[in-house]
Amino acid sequence: MKTLLDIKNLRKKYHTDNGEIEAIKNFTFSLNEGTFVAIVGPSGCGKSTILSILCNIENKSNGELTFCKENIQFGYMLQQDTLFPWLNVLDNSLLGLKINGNLNKETKRKVMELIKTYGLSDFVNYYPAALSGGMRQRVALIRTLAINPDILLLDEAFSSLDYQTRLEVSNDVYKIIKREKKTTIMVTHDISEAISMADIVIVLSNRPSVIKNIYKIELNQYDNPIDRRTDEKFNSYYKTIWKDLDIHV
Amino acid sequence: MSDEHKLYLKKRNRKKRLVLLTQIIIFITFIAAWEAASYYSLINPFLTSSPSNIIKTIIELYNEGTLFNHILITAYETFISFGLGTIIGILIASIMWWNNFFAKVLNPYLTVLNSLPKVALGPILIIWAGANMSSIIIMALLISVIITIITVYHGFSSTDENKIKLLKSFNVTKLQLFIYLILPGNMNNIFNALKINISMSLIGVIMGELLVSKEGIGYLIMYGSQVFNLNLVMTGIVLLCIISFIMYYIIIIIEKKLIKYN
Repeated sequence: MKTLLDIKNLRKKYHTDNGEIEAIKNFTFSLNEGTFVAIVGPSGCGKSTILSILCNIENKSNGELTFCKENIQFGYMLQQDTLFPWLNVLDNSLLGLKINGNLNKETKRKVMELIKTYGLSDFVNYYPAALSGGMRQRVALIRTLAINPDILLLDEAFSSLDYQTRLEVSNDVYKIIKREKKTTIMVTHDISEAISMADIVIVLSNRPSVIKNIYKIELNQYDNPIDRRTDEKFNSYYKTIWKDLDIHV
Repeated sequence: MSDEHKLYLKKRNRKKRLVLLTQIIIFITFIAAWEAASYYSLINPFLTSSPSNIIKTIIELYNEGTLFNHILITAYETFISFGLGTIIGILIASIMWWNNFFAKVLNPYLTVLNSLPKVALGPILIIWAGANMSSIIIMALLISVIITIITVYHGFSSTDENKIKLLKSFNVTKLQLFIYLILPGNMNNIFNALKINISMSLIGVIMGELLVSKEGIGYLIMYGSQVFNLNLVMTGIVLLCIISFIMYYIIIIIEKKLIKYN
């Protein structure tokens, strides 16, 4: 499989009035095209920071990022759906294209197709306030996919949803990601979510974080996360990773 | 529509009507009590005036041909200072959002200017700008612009971090960030500033008129108190109530037209 992104010895320090905080000590990983990677770790270990650094919202302190393609495009999905309440579903979906100056008949048609595929055709003129949490998250995903990203970054993308909606939406998103063959990095605090969706789970240590372990998840015989949760191996992965995390409350 | 929903709407409308009815009753009772008390000399109508005298005064002013002149002068001054205050205020707030250094430098000056009673500047303004309409407008502008800057800048700088992050992941320029997120995301804030602003401008205009003018409602009040014509003073106050009510509602109507997504 082709490598899309090489991260070597990534390091991040924050400077505050009270001194230096080392958030990420050492993060080295090669991301292959088409894989779904989940990063889990204790809260505050700098999981989200890695995503911010990748899509250039934050600067790294040290380390090397090698992109194996020019102008790699990231699609970033955050914890809250972050839809703009003053734009309707269609305008929200087109936002990235408008900003990048890539809005034309062809790209708009593609977005309309996505809207149709994800069952939102009847709602294009609705404002986000009139949609359910699951629908809003789907619009956010369409907005992310609209710019045709090479790598999807999901930052606790489902954690603001209630449990049942969360399972349904992560199920939908999983199928969409597999259908579109998108390379994905997902940050989550939920171990079961990570195992149910990802091909590879990276476990980070407490701050300053280093990679504790990398697990290859072999549950590819199922085509959706909910079924994956029913496999016996799911539980053993869960137990191992839980021990690895070593969380003390 | 189901019967249950009809019942719900009926209940809600009844509540709305009840509020309005109570408001009207309070208003009428107040006016009637005022009129009766002055008619039966329970209060001294020379000092307190009365609703009928106020109406008489309004008719007199109308017959003299000065009523609309006074109203229009005050409305004009208020509108100009409100407009300028809004535009300059939003502009300065935008520059502050754009340039953090500028914002930090400006901050203590804004705090001082905000707490300074602007009426204290009246005498200086009159000397600088002359005893005419410009000093009235400058006075009102000073009062409204500071509060606009502070309210709007506060809104701009507390824009949701996650939405900023999202746009940054699209590689936005700073101008795009402003146009796509900061400005539209703060329409509620801006309208709140406008609502405060309209009353601030009116306060400024009346203060200015009390100090220097020869026309306008502030002048009516000042003149009335100098010649001890309390009817004229009360008339001025009633006219002010009507003007501020109308201006406030114009803003609410514009807000409803512009912000549909709530």
